[in-house]
Amino acid sequence: MTTQMQQLYQQVILDHSRSRIGNAALLGDSAPGPHGHSHQVNPTCGDEIELETELAADGTVTVRWTGDGCSISMASASVLTELAASATVSEMLEIEGAFHELMHSRGTVEADEEILGDAAAFTGVSKFPARIKCALLAWMAFKDALSQAQAGAPEQTPTAPTEDEEK
Amino acid sequence: MFSRLRGDFPILHARVGESPLTYLDSGATSQKPECVIDTFTEYFTQRNAAVHRGAHTLAVMATDTFEAGREAVANLVGGAPNQVVWTKNATEALNIVALGIDRASHGFGGEAAQRFAIGEGDSIVVTEMEHHANVVPWQQLAQATGAQLRWIPVTDDGELDLTDLETIVDETTKVLAFTHVSNVLGTINPVAELVARAREVGAYVVLDACQSVPHMPVDFTDLDVDFAAFSAHKALGPTGLGVLWGKTELLDALPPVLTGGSMITTVTMDSAEFMPAPQRFEAGTQPVAEVAAFATAVGYLTEVGLDRVFDHEVELGRRLLEGIAQIPGIRVLGNAENRIGTVAFDVDGVHAHDVGQYLDSQGVAVRVGHHCAQPLHRRFGVTASTRASTYLYNNGDDVERFLTALAEVRPFFGLEDPPAAEKAQAS
Repeated sequence: MTTQMQQLYQQVILDHSRSRIGNAALLGDSAPGPHGHSHQVNPTCGDEIELETELAADGTVTVRWTGDGCSISMASASVLTELAASATVSEMLEIEGAFHELMHSRGTVEADEEILGDAAAFTGVSKFPARIKCALLAWMAFKDALSQAQAGAPEQTPTAPTEDEEK
Repeated sequence: MFSRLRGDFPILHARVGESPLTYLDSGATSQKPECVIDTFTEYFTQRNAAVHRGAHTLAVMATDTFEAGREAVANLVGGAPNQVVWTKNATEALNIVALGIDRASHGFGGEAAQRFAIGEGDSIVVTEMEHHANVVPWQQLAQATGAQLRWIPVTDDGELDLTDLETIVDETTKVLAFTHVSNVLGTINPVAELVARAREVGAYVVLDACQSVPHMPVDFTDLDVDFAAFSAHKALGPTGLGVLWGKTELLDALPPVLTGGSMITTVTMDSAEFMPAPQRFEAGTQPVAEVAAFATAVGYLTEVGLDRVFDHEVELGRRLLEGIAQIPGIRVLGNAENRIGTVAFDVDGVHAHDVGQYLDSQGVAVRVGHHCAQPLHRRFGVTASTRASTYLYNNGDDVERFLTALAEVRPFFGLEDPPAAEKAQAS
């Protein structure tokens, strides 16, 4: 059991849950670039996150968030923010897709560390159905806030093709 | 006695991974003794039929079973069998009252129902420690009628703060709805004092008895409440069954919200006349097997004796509190003197979800989250807590296994030092 617990609570997750990247004051509409905002709540436990995205001219996206929740949900938001700092919007959407698939794999999918980076540490979460929503909360907020930011942008940032389009 | 009856509960012999199951989540739902489980088989193999219709032998047997269940519950909580209405759960029972008052306020139910009518200038009073099931229906009623919703606050000790009771419950108050026992804190509320104030102003009293009926002797007639609600599944019975208890005169006057078959006397294409309680609230095919199983559960509880169940759980609760006090970094929510064996707490630096996950890895089942009581958690400055709740089948070993696992939580998450030491280091 302890092994499974250690798989779930990887050191990366524990570290991120304590020193949270991007856990900063939100700018709201005072953000200079095209921006979006999302508030997500996990009704079963009350975990919540407010996250905002701001698009930059170089095709990257800055993430800021505040939240209250378990180590999995807070670490997930922190890792997301860290990944966004060194990825383009389309790369972030690719990561989001891979992360979503990983979380719903019930432990049957091997995490692609090249795409996922630190987010691969959440592989163990997929074996705990009650915790998947915790890991996905920030990513749901990110997707929502990003689409708002893109809608407000003067020129649409190219987005990665969705799964449907690929088929 | 209590060590022997543990053997009656098959699920308690289960293992979670490598650990024995330590079930401390009876506040959410209780486990079932074998006799209750067997009643389902016995009912479906020997007595199954629709009730209150058909003249054949099985229909008579099923109807007898159904009505005998009502009698068993009346013997448990006081009053006559026709004061016991079967519902889907306690939530539905509370909604039947709130929505019935809403209907009465909109002219339904004729003159008899006008006693319930409320509107602008009236008030409905709840408390800050309610389960959402005893808050949201009253919020909805207030919105639908223009009445004002007020609440009695909670003290730091987790008791109702009755300092301003006379101004909160005043001449405008038409309904006072509160919980007998807090599902989070385990606090037992002073029903007599609240009922006395309600009587002074002529307000109806609605009691949420979900956490009292399973754990202590309760008599609604003695308590002099007008309506009460509880569920079968928290009292060794099956899911899918709740009870609305009410004073006969009031139940007969309250407009039903769920209408249809089995609750009418005559129906024309223009209108319908309703039966008296309890049938007026029991439209459609009824959960007969569940009633049969619950009657068995009530028999089991009666045989053990709810006074003894209460003492047993209070003792377990005392040991839980004593043990938790020895573990650094844990804050128990509330400190009521009068309580059942339920303890909610906050672990410094570890979210309740993570606490529950670790305890589960050691086979310990507890509830984590807001326990459907967000306002109460906000009152204590947290969004979530961990709750250990006991029942008659728990024993000292359960308490010990729980305490051992709980002491490991903060070290597992890398927080070995007590919070005082951490603060000293930081400053």
